[in-house]
Amino acid sequence: MIKFDRVGKRYPNGKDALRQVSFELPAGQLTFLTGHSGAGKSTLLKLIMMLERPTQGQVFVEGLNLNGIGSRHIPFLRRKIGMVHQNHQLLFDRSVFDNVALPLVIAGFARADIGKRVRAALDKVGLLDKEKLNPIMLSGGEQQRIGIARAVVNKPPLLLADEPTGNLDPALSAEIMDLFHDFARVGVAVLIATHDLSLIARYRHRLLTLREGRLIHDGEEAASQRDQDLALYAGVREDRRGP
Amino acid sequence: MARNPRQRRPAGARSTRTSLADQFTAWRHHHRDSLADALGRMRAAPSSALMTVLVIAIALALPAGLAVLMDNARALTKGWDGQAHLSVFLQLDVDNDRQRALAEEWTGFDTVARTEVITREQALDEFKTLSGFGDVLEALPDNPLPPLIVVYPEDVAPGQIEALQRRLNGLPEVDNAQLDVAWVRRLHAIIELGDRLISVLTLGLAIAVVLVVVNTIRLAIESRREEIVVIKIVGGTDGFVRRPFLYSGFCFGFAGGLLALILVSLALWWLGGPINELLRLYESEHSLTGMAASTALVLPLFSGTLGLLGAWLAVSRHLGDIEPQF
Repeated sequence: MIKFDRVGKRYPNGKDALRQVSFELPAGQLTFLTGHSGAGKSTLLKLIMMLERPTQGQVFVEGLNLNGIGSRHIPFLRRKIGMVHQNHQLLFDRSVFDNVALPLVIAGFARADIGKRVRAALDKVGLLDKEKLNPIMLSGGEQQRIGIARAVVNKPPLLLADEPTGNLDPALSAEIMDLFHDFARVGVAVLIATHDLSLIARYRHRLLTLREGRLIHDGEEAASQRDQDLALYAGVREDRRGP
Repeated sequence: MARNPRQRRPAGARSTRTSLADQFTAWRHHHRDSLADALGRMRAAPSSALMTVLVIAIALALPAGLAVLMDNARALTKGWDGQAHLSVFLQLDVDNDRQRALAEEWTGFDTVARTEVITREQALDEFKTLSGFGDVLEALPDNPLPPLIVVYPEDVAPGQIEALQRRLNGLPEVDNAQLDVAWVRRLHAIIELGDRLISVLTLGLAIAVVLVVVNTIRLAIESRREEIVVIKIVGGTDGFVRRPFLYSGFCFGFAGGLLALILVSLALWWLGGPINELLRLYESEHSLTGMAASTALVLPLFSGTLGLLGAWLAVSRHLGDIEPQF
């Protein structure tokens, strides 16, 4: 689904956000992407979304080399990618239904089709009865599920999530993760960028760890390495909480 | 950028799950929705929308109204150049007999077709009836008007008429031989100048209209920043993002043009009475005509185009600044 081949990104200020990053995400796999702030998680997501272009190497999405995609075709690439944000990015000037329908309207689906698909997506996240409400009237967890419904409504082969459980309590986080598992099970490649170590520890999925722009760990059950990383980042988090 | 120029560019990531017919229907719907959205937003903030529309209307009503007045002036003066004649004012001490003799004599000139004698008394009578200053003239001890011979030249080249004028001016009895075509020419020159001024004014105010729309749309883009970010993330093309703003710009322009038409019509209605009265007093057969139907039709479209242009400028200037961040 996604392939990074020795990808490097240097920003104009000279900072190397990513260095020689290579990995592949197959369809139907759920993968965590972690690393502390500034390690390059956001840059990696931006390269997949073509919000930035790499300065080295190649990124492939569904076999397409993104280096060869002109800016006019970027929107069409993004239609293959569902994006879930920490802050939901919902529009509060329209109903839940219209929020979820937006990708379909943009992609040019027929009206009747839009209604069916939106309700299917809302049903999937358990919010079918809220379609007429304004998202501002919903709780944080419900808003996040609407964000997910919007991300998957046009059945993209790839789902990216940036801190999807960032503001949610463990029970709600588990609900969200269940949804992601369901999508992976039907063949969607799911990449979840997160700081949430308890989340990573609870689900033993493949874990990509970035540090200072390098991919320092890529493994499913490399327990010792994994625990080491977890300990390291737990430490970082403790440091940040300290006085 | 590690971009290999020899690499063949892939056809691009196209969505294949919607048919072309669906795409076209959706595109049509989006145009309709964008128009509805533009109008809806104007209705949602009526006072600020009205302000923008009013500024546009006033900016356009000014040159449009002046153009109507110029059209009338042109129609009024049409055909005046044909009746070129010389008004030869004689010295006050030339008596009626001498005046008639002179007229007789000048009729014999090669270049003169005929002459008309207007004695001081006739001039006074005519002036009294036409000007309405009769009472004032009664109060004067002497008739201030000079004897006048109107000389109608043969149909000749303009240069010869001026030669005749010089010759008559050279005579001792003649105070002033005036070529009456001169002021018509001056009038035409003034009308020409007026047309040019209106063109300059129109250009300047059209630019002002574009800038007003640029500013309005810039604010609209700023207030819809979040929406634009979301649309870009879920794969909206630049065209999709642009469309509602372009419709907004067109609607502002079109509404401004319509209001300008109304303003001009109101102004003409308001001025129509006095102007027609004035024309009647000058014994003109012309009466004030309004805006030509074609102009009335073109004005809102022209204005809408200006709005569209303004929106386009604003969008191409500011839309690129808004990129999704996370």
